[in-house]
Amino acid sequence: MSANIDIAFKLNGINVTTKVSPSMSALEMLRDELQLTGSKYGCGEGECGACTINVDGLSINSCLMFAADCDGREIVTIEGLASDPHTEALKRSFVAYGAVQCGFCTPGIVMQARHLLTKTEHPTPEQIRRGLEGNLCRCTGYKKIIEAIAEAGATST
Amino acid sequence: MNVQLATTELPPAAPAEDITAVKTYAAPRSLAEAVALLRAGNVTILAGSTDLMPQSKTGRARFQPVLMNIRRIPELCGIDEADGCVRFGALTTMTELLDSAMVKTRFNALWQSADHFASNQLRNAATIGGNICNASPAGDTLVPLLVFNARVVLASEVNGAVTTRKLPLAEFLVGPGRTQRRPTELLTAVDLPLPPDNFVSEFYKFGTRPALDIATIAIGLGAVCDGDRLGDVRIAFGAVAPTPIRAPQTEAALDGKPLPAAIEAALTAAEADIHPISDIRASAWYRRELVRNILRRMLEHVGKH
Repeated sequence: MSANIDIAFKLNGINVTTKVSPSMSALEMLRDELQLTGSKYGCGEGECGACTINVDGLSINSCLMFAADCDGREIVTIEGLASDPHTEALKRSFVAYGAVQCGFCTPGIVMQARHLLTKTEHPTPEQIRRGLEGNLCRCTGYKKIIEAIAEAGATST
Repeated sequence: MNVQLATTELPPAAPAEDITAVKTYAAPRSLAEAVALLRAGNVTILAGSTDLMPQSKTGRARFQPVLMNIRRIPELCGIDEADGCVRFGALTTMTELLDSAMVKTRFNALWQSADHFASNQLRNAATIGGNICNASPAGDTLVPLLVFNARVVLASEVNGAVTTRKLPLAEFLVGPGRTQRRPTELLTAVDLPLPPDNFVSEFYKFGTRPALDIATIAIGLGAVCDGDRLGDVRIAFGAVAPTPIRAPQTEAALDGKPLPAAIEAALTAAEADIHPISDIRASAWYRRELVRNILRRMLEHVGKH
């Protein structure tokens, strides 16, 4: 079916309008229509978290969300965190701890870590592991990721 | 050996019907508007979409020409208590269940099922109404909902007005992916009668990893502890029958009987209550072993924490 649903929403702080088809996922809209390719397509069924975005303050798998359902919502993607002062500590600690290898899972993990730190300011390693249960990384073994998030939680204000 | 595949999920899909069959998208803003659309027919209902989206991509879900997003309907939101009963709006998410102190205190097994549910990202989207209507034999919340004698509320339009009927969840669930919901009906809420103040409940889900797993088996246990005896015993099992089930014979073997003496009889009764099959997750034999061993463990610890 053609793209025939008009939607309007806030994307990374900017009001956007676009047309989507009923079958389109939010991830397909972001990547293919709006050219925001930071969010990744991993599994397409909510198992890997590479497509994690923030919708009205909550972490969501964008591959499982219908694009049409973005209407009227406030959405933040990994691109939106580039200018977010509250993500600075996280970005610094991911680099400092070498918490990135191939990088494919990284946008989703940073999105989820940002959400976790909003809910729990100074998370314990156990809380971080639990918070990342919906994100898969096949390179790092998670240790450096968990250390990086713990450090960001300890230093962030 | 006769091994059936994936029988704890929905039945094998009909030939993939492309989602492009969807002709119209609607996002009603009131219940009246929604049931009017349903009355007109040929509607697929969209809520959290965590099941619908993967089912549509793999062809498991057959799409109707109208895709109706119910997430903008205020009547389907919120958790309210009235007349000894708690009503959970169909759009209540797993995260909202977890964030509710009332749910944790009064409906602990339900709270635990939300805690074991998938992952944070999925809990933020998945709704209780969706979990019920998806009617998976392994549906996480269904087991505790059976323990709490849940009733579903179904709304439809009759003679231009919104009419509702209520049905016990145990009757509503018919088979894998099948319910008694009529195509013109919308599940608007699930009602749980408040259990007695001293009622304790536990949920146990067995899977191969703590997160993002579908239950190999699940057990819900609720009872009033009176010394070494249990009263008002309610036991439910998931992933051991075509739907999650209550276990009447197991309950009868425990009700009013002294523990731990009654445990062996309860385990034997549980064997008769369940009808597990072999599928991709486990063999029927293994499921029977799990039910036996985990139910024993739960009964040995009931009311002790």
